[in-house]
Amino acid sequence: MLTDYKKAYLILADGTVFEGKSFGAEGSVIGEIVFTTAMVGYQETLTDPSYCGQIVTQTFPLIGNYGVNSEDYESGGSVVSGYIVREYCEEPSNFRCEDNIDSFLKKYGIIGLYDIDTRRLTRIIRESGVMNGMITNDPGFDKDKCLEKIRAYTVGNVVPKVSVKTAEEYKAESAKYRVALIDYGYKHNIRRELLKRGCDVKVFPHDVRPDEIKEYRPDGIMLSNGPGDPADNIISIATLRALIPEQIPTFGICLGHQLLALANGAKTVKMKYGHRGGNQPVTDLELDRTFITSQNHGYAVVADSIPEAAGKLSHINANDKTCEGVRYTNAPAFTVQFHPEACGGPHDTAYLFDEFIELMEKERSGK
Amino acid sequence: MPLRSDIKKVLVIGSGPIVIGQAAEFDYAGAQACRALKQEGLEVVLVNSNPATIMTDKHMADHIYIEPLTLDCVKRIIKIEKPDSILSTLGGQTGLTLSMQLAESGFLAENNVKLLGAVPETIHKAEDRQAFKDTMEAIGEPVIPSKVVETLEDALDFADNIIGYPVIVRPAFTLGGTGGGIANDRDELHEIATNGLRLSPIHQILVEKCISGWKEIEFEVIRDAKGNVITVCSMENFDPVGVHTGDSIVVAPAVTLADKEYQMLRTAALNIIQALKVEGGCNCQFALNPTTFEYAVIEVNPRVSRSSALASKATGYPIAKVATRIAIGYSLDEIVNQVTGKTYACFEPALDYIVVKFPKWPFDKFVYAKKTLGTQMKATGEIMAIGTSFEAAMMKAVRSIELGLDTMTKPDFEKLTDAEVGQKLYDIDTDRSFCVFEALKRGIDVNTIHDITKIDKWFICKLKNLVDLEKWLADGKLTQEKYDTAKKYCYLDKSIEKISCQLIDECGIKRRHAVYKMVDTCAAEFAAETPYFYSTYDDENEAEEFIKEHSTGRKKVIVFGSGPIRIGQGIEFDYCSVHCVWALKEMGYETVICNNNPETVSTDFDTGDRLYFDPLTFEDVDSLIATEKPDGVVVQFGGQTAIKLTKHLQDIGAHILGTSAESIDAAEDRELFDELLEKCGIPRPKGHTVFTTEEALASANQLGYPVLLRPSYVLGGQNMIIAHCDSDVTEYMQIITSHKLENPVLIDKYLMGTEVEVDAICDGTDFLIPGIMEHIERAGVHSGDSISVYPAQTLTDRVKRVIVAYTERLAKALNVIGLVNIQYVVYNNEVYVIEVNPRSSRTVPYISKVTGVQMVDIATKIMMGHSLKEQGLPTGLYPVGDYVAVKVPVFSFEKLHDVDTQLGPEMKSTGECLGIAHSFEAALFKGLIAAGFKMYDKGGVLFSVRNQDKPEIIEIASRFEQLGFDIYATSGTASTLIRNMIATNFTYRVSEKQEPNIMSLLESGDINYVISTSETGRSPARDSVKMRRKAVERSIACLTSVDTAEALVKCIEMKKSIDDVEMVDITKI
Repeated sequence: MLTDYKKAYLILADGTVFEGKSFGAEGSVIGEIVFTTAMVGYQETLTDPSYCGQIVTQTFPLIGNYGVNSEDYESGGSVVSGYIVREYCEEPSNFRCEDNIDSFLKKYGIIGLYDIDTRRLTRIIRESGVMNGMITNDPGFDKDKCLEKIRAYTVGNVVPKVSVKTAEEYKAESAKYRVALIDYGYKHNIRRELLKRGCDVKVFPHDVRPDEIKEYRPDGIMLSNGPGDPADNIISIATLRALIPEQIPTFGICLGHQLLALANGAKTVKMKYGHRGGNQPVTDLELDRTFITSQNHGYAVVADSIPEAAGKLSHINANDKTCEGVRYTNAPAFTVQFHPEACGGPHDTAYLFDEFIELMEKERSGK
Repeated sequence: MPLRSDIKKVLVIGSGPIVIGQAAEFDYAGAQACRALKQEGLEVVLVNSNPATIMTDKHMADHIYIEPLTLDCVKRIIKIEKPDSILSTLGGQTGLTLSMQLAESGFLAENNVKLLGAVPETIHKAEDRQAFKDTMEAIGEPVIPSKVVETLEDALDFADNIIGYPVIVRPAFTLGGTGGGIANDRDELHEIATNGLRLSPIHQILVEKCISGWKEIEFEVIRDAKGNVITVCSMENFDPVGVHTGDSIVVAPAVTLADKEYQMLRTAALNIIQALKVEGGCNCQFALNPTTFEYAVIEVNPRVSRSSALASKATGYPIAKVATRIAIGYSLDEIVNQVTGKTYACFEPALDYIVVKFPKWPFDKFVYAKKTLGTQMKATGEIMAIGTSFEAAMMKAVRSIELGLDTMTKPDFEKLTDAEVGQKLYDIDTDRSFCVFEALKRGIDVNTIHDITKIDKWFICKLKNLVDLEKWLADGKLTQEKYDTAKKYCYLDKSIEKISCQLIDECGIKRRHAVYKMVDTCAAEFAAETPYFYSTYDDENEAEEFIKEHSTGRKKVIVFGSGPIRIGQGIEFDYCSVHCVWALKEMGYETVICNNNPETVSTDFDTGDRLYFDPLTFEDVDSLIATEKPDGVVVQFGGQTAIKLTKHLQDIGAHILGTSAESIDAAEDRELFDELLEKCGIPRPKGHTVFTTEEALASANQLGYPVLLRPSYVLGGQNMIIAHCDSDVTEYMQIITSHKLENPVLIDKYLMGTEVEVDAICDGTDFLIPGIMEHIERAGVHSGDSISVYPAQTLTDRVKRVIVAYTERLAKALNVIGLVNIQYVVYNNEVYVIEVNPRSSRTVPYISKVTGVQMVDIATKIMMGHSLKEQGLPTGLYPVGDYVAVKVPVFSFEKLHDVDTQLGPEMKSTGECLGIAHSFEAALFKGLIAAGFKMYDKGGVLFSVRNQDKPEIIEIASRFEQLGFDIYATSGTASTLIRNMIATNFTYRVSEKQEPNIMSLLESGDINYVISTSETGRSPARDSVKMRRKAVERSIACLTSVDTAEALVKCIEMKKSIDDVEMVDITKI
């Protein structure tokens, strides 16, 4: 590692250039640069489909300490555009470790950059907001040409890229409920949490039609997390709008939360640099309790845009007071911006899955 | 929830004297607590027997009692002050135990006092072994198979028949694991269990399955009354389970856990604090099987602790302050995070660096003691280092700990053969990390080292990175790339030169200064205002930006702190540093602190205007000066650690405030000092400077025995002895020369007179002596280990006048600007100077508190150009007040096996407490009680003294006899006593192996006090040392000076209880 490395560069849309070293795949890639403050769970981060189209920076400087393994995937692979760390661990140590992070990135063709001052990069993003950038191995890059391309880049509508193409079914042991999970790029632990609680899970593609859902006769609908600008998902929003009158218990997470809000007429907004990490405090307004949550989002539902007839704010971020959850009154539905399924991050809000089960039980016995 | 309306007046219980396992961290926690309470407008009553603390400062609380931390005393103070609440969780184990005893006895209920922080049920569930096990089982948290027993038979039965060996013994309610240990077989269990049962105040021990080799992980968690819970920090021990966490290198955050294990333990920690219903901070320690998800809860402390102080400094999250606010009613989501000003206390800090904590052990002083580490803590202090990599933090740590090292290479390991290094890996001792490093250098592979040590491969691989780097540096020409890489790992320039055997400047290399990054609790996610920095070798200098943005135009001063707490340099120097900062702030200066001790108030980021958490070496200081460009620097309050920087700072052009480098040198250099004394016409005991054993012997015989030997440049009497014969001199010189000391050895005629100590303040023209202190023990016992009395009780007016005159002459001759500490010996009515230290001293805090002369504040003002006259202060000897104060040293002998308890010129105490009263006798009585002496009115006293002490012991023995004590003595002493008509029971010495033997006598419980002196000691093999160790193990007070024994008998003769003496609120002095 001391002498055997190739140089790599990070070019930011504002013209700043960082010189570092290359790991993972080689080449050039453009993406939206975001940072996560999580200190553990990098494998979950790398396999979280919500990061599609983004170059992920870890603020914690030592990454890869415990390697990677085949159990901690949150999706089939990794779709991040690029990966930036201060230092990666060549010789990880953990009983489940199967490989190091360098090989992992190579396996999925992800271009990585290490040995830069990630705190300096984070401070730039914090001050200027999320910014596009390019990682390249080419020392002779033409900065102006690169900047042109960097500035032209948008993440775009990437949900189709990460969603399943056809429905998949998962059976729970002694199932009590059937849950339709609409996949906008779901993290597998959402499925695991449901299966664990006795739910058969059928994963539907993001563009599923309402009657396909109805045909499955689910006890509940789970709206998953996913990448990109929620407003780009016109078909998904229309589907959700059509499902509201069906009064099926619904639980939404992250992008799912934003899409149901949009379907109900609320607005979403792009945040300056979003919330990404495992330490965000969220206050449950009904319980008057604050929980530490796992988060990964760059857009938020505008709190006062939720139509009164549709529902009300149920959770807020204790730091910046942004909307973190909605409880609907026009349907048996609740959604949260954060990730109760954790992985990575704290499991303190896993109780929301129990609430979802209770909601399904209540609706079923009510009928 | 806002402040509870039923709280108006709160009693805060401090943690008492510094002992191993309970150190400065509780002054930090207690000071934060007092300030938080006062900010809420509450009336604060404080009790703490430790006068060297900042928390016992007049403006920290409304009523301050420096009184013994005994149940009776605290009850009396409650009766006097009538607080409505007690904060139980900020005063360490001492505070928690006292609170619980007060509650359980019904006293609190009778007096309408509420317990805040942790209620008795919480304390019981966490501290009582069986209740803890039951609680954990009820919430499904696994514990290690174990059994609580109250007899030795049950302990042996459980180990023999149920869990098998090895087993760990943990006594209930003891500090830092006192009395615990790992037993590998039945015999060892017999010994450890017997000891543990006795040391536990409730005679209870836990015998548990030994899980050595598992990872040890800690979580610091906080809960409020609403049930909101957060984890502040995770920590991972370098050493696997088996080494006390206080003795292990610790990193934060935990590094080898994947999210699955991390969240599993985090959730467990939160479940535990919920089940215990703690309102405040709590520390949870786990053992994690490195090859499965199996884990076990090792220990839970429902209070702030050493780990919480470390976690606070490691993250920037002020645990004690938040815990205090929670205790008085606030919830986590109401308390603003001071660091960001934007977020709330209800969040979990995100780190973008790694922290390494390294313990400071006292074994450089206790050469004969075992350096082995186990479940009983032995470190007296610690340092913390922050880096962007483990390697960088480790390099900073190793030079912060003041072992004379600047890399992981330990010179004496270099001399070992490969086989010896391989063998040494099996030793679990204080040198283990250095041994691993040496093994890697010898090419022993990572797996082999891991198999032997069970240290996680992650740590070993990181150390290997350092080995590889050093090999690369040593291989061929030093290049800029090599240099830059080494700097990134925080190597010093001088280390790079040493390793590469090349000079940086000759290689055409551009040298680099460090730049600084901010500790902001949030990994830069939010803009923060924390003035808390650490060095790295990146390009961006956040400190420089910060200084620019916050430019005040005020003059700027850097105060250098005192590093890790060790014997001889303790919390008192932190007191002085902090006071200096406060005084400077008050005068309108911008103040900057640089220190590396995570336990202290000085490293609280809001003590000064900026805090730099970094090592205190020349090069580290260079970078700081380059960034801060201070108008002046202060070194005289940071003990020897800061003093050592003086000349260098002056050389690089920093303006030393106060006494100059030349004056400091003149006091420490033997020849210069002798010249100075001659010029002033002040006598000192005759002496010489020697280099070899032959010179030493010649000199000793010329001076005549006894003589005092010590290396020049000493700290806390390190390596100092009194030699009575040639063989003592030879033995000593062998030890010294084996340490390859470059400085010469000083040999002085030893005058066995009264030792007197003076702290003075001087402005170059005038001087002020707040008080003259007299030691109860004659010269020969280190001043830090002597009982010290203010004002002096036995000196004649003439002697006092001479002392004042000498002090003036010396202070002026040395051109002292600020503080000076002078030690005198009065022998045959003549005054001799022993030592002059032109800096702050151990006694400054207590003298300041007792006399009301705020020495550090005054000295600081003098350094900034305000003379004593300008400050409106008197000069000369300050008038004596109404109170007598007696400072009594406290030792940690029960934690340090094989250390001889006989006091001598080498300092051994870890802390001190104070007794204050109108009369000397009452003050002495309180001081001794505070130090843990019990006043028995009958029982047995064992005498075994050296020949020279025999005449003096007669009177003391006779007084004990008259009080109704049975007298026991070994042969020589017994015949002296019997000849003098004192009825004495004869006992055999240890080696005489006959009954009645001294060891069985000590075991019998018939002995209450031991008075033991011997010609020479130190070696654990000697009879007298074995006997004194036995006394320590049996918790029998053992006095090793006739003078201390006289003081004790005087107190017993008073036939008083603590109820008969006044309680003094020092704010009213």
